[in-house]
Amino acid sequence: MSATSSTILNLPDQRTATLPKRTYINNEDGLLSWLFTGDHKRIAILYLISITFFFFIGGAFAGLIRLELLTPQGDLMASDTYNKMFSMHGIIMVFLFLVPSVPATLGNFLMPIMLGAKDLAFPKINLLSWYLYWLGGIVVLGALVLGGVDTGWTFTTPLSTHYLNTHVVTAATGVFILGFSSIFTGLNFIVTIHRMRAPGMTWFRMPLFVWSHYAASILMVLGTPVLAITLTLVALERLVGIGVFDPTKGGDPLLFQHLFWFYSHPAVYIMILPGMGVISEVISTFSRKRVFGYTAVAFSSVAIALFGFFVWAHHMFIMGVSNYSALVFSLLTMLVAVPSAIKTFNWAFTMQKGSITFETPMLYAFGFLGLFTIGGMTGVFLGALGMDIHLTETYFIVAHFHFVMVGGMLMAFLAGIHFWWPKMTGRMYPESLSKLAAVTTFIGFNLTFLPQFILGYLGMPRRYHAYPPEFQVLNVLSTAGATVLGVGYMLPLLYLAWSLKYGAIAGNNPWQATGLEWQIQSPPITENFIEIPIVDHEAYDYEWLEHKTAQEVTTVG
Amino acid sequence: MHISPVLWQFLVKWLNASALFPREASTIAPYADALYFFLLLITVVGLTFVGCLIFGFAIRYRKEKHPIAIQVEGSTLLEATWTIIPLALFLIVFVWGALLYFRIYNPPTNAMNIYIVGKQWMWKAEHPGGQHEINALHVPMGRPVQLTMIPQDVFHSFSIPDFRVKREVIPGRYSTVWFNATTPGTYHIFCTQYCGTNHSAMIGEVTVLSPDDYEKWTQQSTSGTSLAQNGERLFASMGCNACHSGSAAARGPNLAGVYGSKLQLTNGSQVLVNDAYLRDSILNPSQHITAGYAPIMPTYQGQISEDGLIDLVEYIKSMQSNYRVQQTLTTSESNQAAPTTPGVVKP
Amino acid sequence: MDNTIVATHPHTHETAVAAEHEHVALPQHRHHFETPEQQREAGTFGMWLFLLTEIMFFGGLFFAYLLYRNWYNPAFVAASNQLSIPLGTANTAILISSGFFMALAVWAAEVRKKSLLVIFLVLTTLFGLAFLGIKYFEYKEKWDKNHIPGQNFDVREFVNPHAYGLKEEPLAPDMAQKTQVFFFLYFAMTGMHALHMIIGIVLLFWLMWRANRGEFSAGYVAPIENFGLYWHFVDIVWIFLFPLLYLINRHPVS
Repeated sequence: MSATSSTILNLPDQRTATLPKRTYINNEDGLLSWLFTGDHKRIAILYLISITFFFFIGGAFAGLIRLELLTPQGDLMASDTYNKMFSMHGIIMVFLFLVPSVPATLGNFLMPIMLGAKDLAFPKINLLSWYLYWLGGIVVLGALVLGGVDTGWTFTTPLSTHYLNTHVVTAATGVFILGFSSIFTGLNFIVTIHRMRAPGMTWFRMPLFVWSHYAASILMVLGTPVLAITLTLVALERLVGIGVFDPTKGGDPLLFQHLFWFYSHPAVYIMILPGMGVISEVISTFSRKRVFGYTAVAFSSVAIALFGFFVWAHHMFIMGVSNYSALVFSLLTMLVAVPSAIKTFNWAFTMQKGSITFETPMLYAFGFLGLFTIGGMTGVFLGALGMDIHLTETYFIVAHFHFVMVGGMLMAFLAGIHFWWPKMTGRMYPESLSKLAAVTTFIGFNLTFLPQFILGYLGMPRRYHAYPPEFQVLNVLSTAGATVLGVGYMLPLLYLAWSLKYGAIAGNNPWQATGLEWQIQSPPITENFIEIPIVDHEAYDYEWLEHKTAQEVTTVG
Repeated sequence: MHISPVLWQFLVKWLNASALFPREASTIAPYADALYFFLLLITVVGLTFVGCLIFGFAIRYRKEKHPIAIQVEGSTLLEATWTIIPLALFLIVFVWGALLYFRIYNPPTNAMNIYIVGKQWMWKAEHPGGQHEINALHVPMGRPVQLTMIPQDVFHSFSIPDFRVKREVIPGRYSTVWFNATTPGTYHIFCTQYCGTNHSAMIGEVTVLSPDDYEKWTQQSTSGTSLAQNGERLFASMGCNACHSGSAAARGPNLAGVYGSKLQLTNGSQVLVNDAYLRDSILNPSQHITAGYAPIMPTYQGQISEDGLIDLVEYIKSMQSNYRVQQTLTTSESNQAAPTTPGVVKP
Repeated sequence: MDNTIVATHPHTHETAVAAEHEHVALPQHRHHFETPEQQREAGTFGMWLFLLTEIMFFGGLFFAYLLYRNWYNPAFVAASNQLSIPLGTANTAILISSGFFMALAVWAAEVRKKSLLVIFLVLTTLFGLAFLGIKYFEYKEKWDKNHIPGQNFDVREFVNPHAYGLKEEPLAPDMAQKTQVFFFLYFAMTGMHALHMIIGIVLLFWLMWRANRGEFSAGYVAPIENFGLYWHFVDIVWIFLFPLLYLINRHPVS
């Protein structure tokens, strides 16, 4: 053990911390200064407010769905209404919450700072991205208000093209616009990472948070345009009546499936990779240790992105793809599972020989590790061809993707929000209440979704609003869990808002974390850095941090 | 199954009795469950392992007990280990899953065939003997049954969870699934592909009967005309007999005995004449012209429903000679009024 | 104090930065970039990435084309033969010329010749408009012949070409219906292409206006260069569309 390896946690004395005088928040005043900003941090906050708004709308739909499913009969609402509920839940949660969640909020806020840059490469495009988000969101809400859409978030043809008279084209247009919001965010990130790293910040000195956003951005940029053209074709088929997906006119409904899933599978990696980046940062900080196997984790992120492009037909195993095709995609699905396993073990081993504390972000990270393992392993169930035959299109699938998306991604998002809340706002959130919320969420989540695995194996199909009575007990358990989960999500909304005025002042590095973002004030100034830093240390270099904190005078403001 | 059958039965029955596990009612079900239990096992083991690591490290290296963190470089050995072991496990799962898949989707050659037409929002089962069921399916136990399925409108998916079989019912093409039911009883049929308003109502019941009961049922439930007989009627009324009369100078190829044979097409390729081929050649004849014949067959796209196509396919499958074809031709070319059969509605 | 990372803080770095800020000072320099070179490189990289997304976007249509041409080859051949080769070739030549003028415009901006820049931008635009004009003419012809896919699609010319004076093989009725698929892809692909050209022409007008004010003849050429990339991309898409749509199975008429 070397003399400089001591990484004793010396949190600065919070009681003496004061808020800095000039921050990105009070730099300019007035609504217009926010609405026309180019500052990536302000845009991140705008996004944060926006996605929270849509999250609760999507969550309300989820609540209604679970309420209906308390009883076997379809007694709470008409069939058509229920179909609209789950369709809107899916569309809002996927496109208006999960896809932008970490990248547009935490990614936007932190990436330039982590790289040592003053802003993203294209601030105006960043703002455009947010406007497109709202335009798409308004169009989707428009579809809702006009009467809803009931295609499911998957827009399956020929149902969506010829057999529904709901607002399919409106919803598809909304999603199209949201796609471009996503593309521009990804494009911005890629250019920033390639061209705007500070001197000395080599690729392998970047935080893993940046690596995962890089991988996710590749997916956003390459995958989303395919969704755009697919939805355009659906809209044209509805409006003009041509038969590109209609077998009676020579078209092929499977063509739609291929085109749709070519984007929508990488989309799930767009959703999860940024969350994985958050977990790397959180586990490292609260173990006081560099991430075990940095290179492995970095390459795994890129591997997931690359492999993720080649597995789309595992959503179509029983849909008439050839046997040969099914074999190839099943094999590739098994291969894409391996990098996630690698990452999970690397995170676990990051804790070995560390010095671990259990603040709220770390609790969410633990939750992520357990739930993502379950979610990921159930993905292996589904990638096994013969097993998929029985499990596909049932509640097993619903449980699987909620485990990875909600148990995984949403927990990672909350971990990140709590972790970087002091940096973004200069305030600490209340620790005991947040721990309570984390535990509540974890319990509620398991109660909601574990029974759904059982329901799936029993055969209960998804998107059913009435079901045979023998499935009721498990559905009731699931709804009970959903109530608890709802409470778990309401709490952060309340106490985080409270903390803006009444939270303890954070100081610039309340967690004593490495990373350039923690070396500047909280909240940061608009230009992030007074002078561009020159980086001469590795990522997660706690020895460097210790050396530095020993030397500096800790003042804030 | 390599674990004791007693243990297996106990496990499955106990879980089933607790409403946590479906019944195993087909020959393939135990195979599917075996893979499932294996997957559950590796998931539980993996989760336990990860959980032990996390909790173990969290307790052993918590700040109070381990105030100084030791920066570890990493370990290629560990990386290799946790790359190779998961990969190996996943590849085992891949092979097992692929084998199971081929078992589930490759019917034995002696399977009896039943047609399923899915439409919003019901299942129609058409037995070759002329039994028609809606949202119900009667099958004999102990015999392989193949279902040839097609929808009338949108995607549906035919699922019998207790048999562990499911297949998408795809617009524009036949898809098949087979099973061999082992236990008499009734089991759910679900539509598992979202298909619109009453997707949740597309629930049916498959009734597995002992061979004797099944015989009785076929006799009681027949509509009087088999599918092939309906097809024969259609064949004449749609004018197919005019070109496919079976005579030497006929404009269309002879269809007697064509099912199951290998056909040479005008574009040089060879095809096996199966259900899908017959259906396609009625709807898209220009891509299925037998060598030596002119591409003059009109298309019947939009003029026959899927039920009608099934009737025609069944008829052609059963056609051994052209005797009756030529009979109907003579009848239609005569100027006598055709006798009407009351109550027969053209499908 | 904590807004600078002080690992080493050599005096040379400060003076270097100060020196930079002395002699550079293009008015369009955005201050989140350290140097104008960084800004320029980032802009070009961004445009290339955007073009990559466009390739993926058109890719979906190309994939559909691949599938259906494979399935319905006779219909595609017959339908393709209805497109006018002279007009298509003319359009190809026009678009390539337009691209040539765009390249010259980029050169003119780099050598800071304002009037030449404006002239070349104008020529680029004119040729682009000519392309669109011919396309309108072609579309109108299809409208008149009822070859727009949809309710009023007319297959008679394909079922009985000799009656219309065409030296084509007649198609069976079901295959003749599949010509709709070809025409749908024709309108979708060339329509999407034309949409991108229209957007490009709108941008050209804006660039012409700015060029006329001298914004690009003082060393700041990034918008012209990056637009050039976009315009050449639109050109390349057409180079793919032309043979795929117009030249299926063409052979000299014997």
